[in-house]
Amino acid sequence: MNLLSAIGEILVLIGTFFYFLSALGLIRMPDVYNRMQTSTKSATLGSLGVIVGTGLWAVGRGYSPAWIVQTITVATFLLLTNPISAHALIRAAYKRGIPLWHGSVVDKYAEHLAQKENAESEEVSE
Amino acid sequence: MEEASRASKFVYMVIVLFVIWLFLTASLDPQELLIGFVFSVIVAALTHDVATKAGLRNLHPKRVAYAIAYIPYFLWAMIMANLDVAYRVLHPKRPIRPGIVKCRTVLNSDTGKLSLANSITLTPGTITLDVDGDEYFIHWIWVPDEVLNAKDDSEHVERASENITKPFEKFLKVIFG
Amino acid sequence: MIGINVYLALIAIATLLSTYRVFRGPTTVDRLVAVDIMTTITTGLMVLFALYYGRMIYISVALVYAILAFGGVIAFARYLEGGL
Repeated sequence: MNLLSAIGEILVLIGTFFYFLSALGLIRMPDVYNRMQTSTKSATLGSLGVIVGTGLWAVGRGYSPAWIVQTITVATFLLLTNPISAHALIRAAYKRGIPLWHGSVVDKYAEHLAQKENAESEEVSE
Repeated sequence: MEEASRASKFVYMVIVLFVIWLFLTASLDPQELLIGFVFSVIVAALTHDVATKAGLRNLHPKRVAYAIAYIPYFLWAMIMANLDVAYRVLHPKRPIRPGIVKCRTVLNSDTGKLSLANSITLTPGTITLDVDGDEYFIHWIWVPDEVLNAKDDSEHVERASENITKPFEKFLKVIFG
Repeated sequence: MIGINVYLALIAIATLLSTYRVFRGPTTVDRLVAVDIMTTITTGLMVLFALYYGRMIYISVALVYAILAFGGVIAFARYLEGGL
């Protein structure tokens, strides 16, 4: 039983460390796109560690096995919804016209949007 | 892919909803099971027509096996990529070279495209910015040389797809079609 | 159970750092990203508190909080995008 607690504690420690990393990325990165890169996903992996780790820890301390089922439910929910909110946020950033960082090397989306605009204006003129 | 029959959709929805109920309550008490089953049937009767297209075909053993094999594969990819990003955050010189690249996918179904976009977003270094038809626009934190030095557009797309979408597609192609 | 204080301290530091971005961050989307991180961290914190007090029902609170936060962030992002 104590082995389970130990594994759970280690998972929680790793998870909180990833929380810290994601907050650090939020501070250090130069523009909103890179901040999203480093922070949203580290936070997701961190919560996965913290939440599943807490479930294992609780079972190790003698609580009922229902803990692990419930914690896995919460973790799965976060795993499914966090990328969607990240995607919505980065789209909002781009649609609002926030420029890419000056060190960015390529922007295919702008080309794509320009092409689309051209095609539409041609259709109208015809 | 043609639509499944109504009965197949209904049974599929009841199974899915009941499994979700089991996870949410986390108990095997007969009373809970009974009420959960009743509610699964009610909700499935209301929603089975809009909520699913393929019905019971989604529970084909091969698909389920690939879905189960996908979980550890995906978690491993996620941990590796997170360590990579951790290195970029902690490195004093902040080694990033971001850009937005274009990828193409071979998946057809909407659910498949959604899961591919989610998988791409969760492996750090890449975020899906927009999906248009079978084209993915992806913000990449470190665009490698081979993609950057591509001669024309099609080569760029091919090399980027090789790096980003290919590893997940071989699983998702079987799971979602 | 002594270890749990260390984890709570790490979580507190992470939340403080994201609060800095909420106040500082030049654009609205920056602030929203920081808030999104804070809600994710808070969900983990609530699950930890469930263990701290030894009550399983608190995990359901974390689940409902995650659902509401997700809806809020999506609605706000759509609003900023101009689609609402």
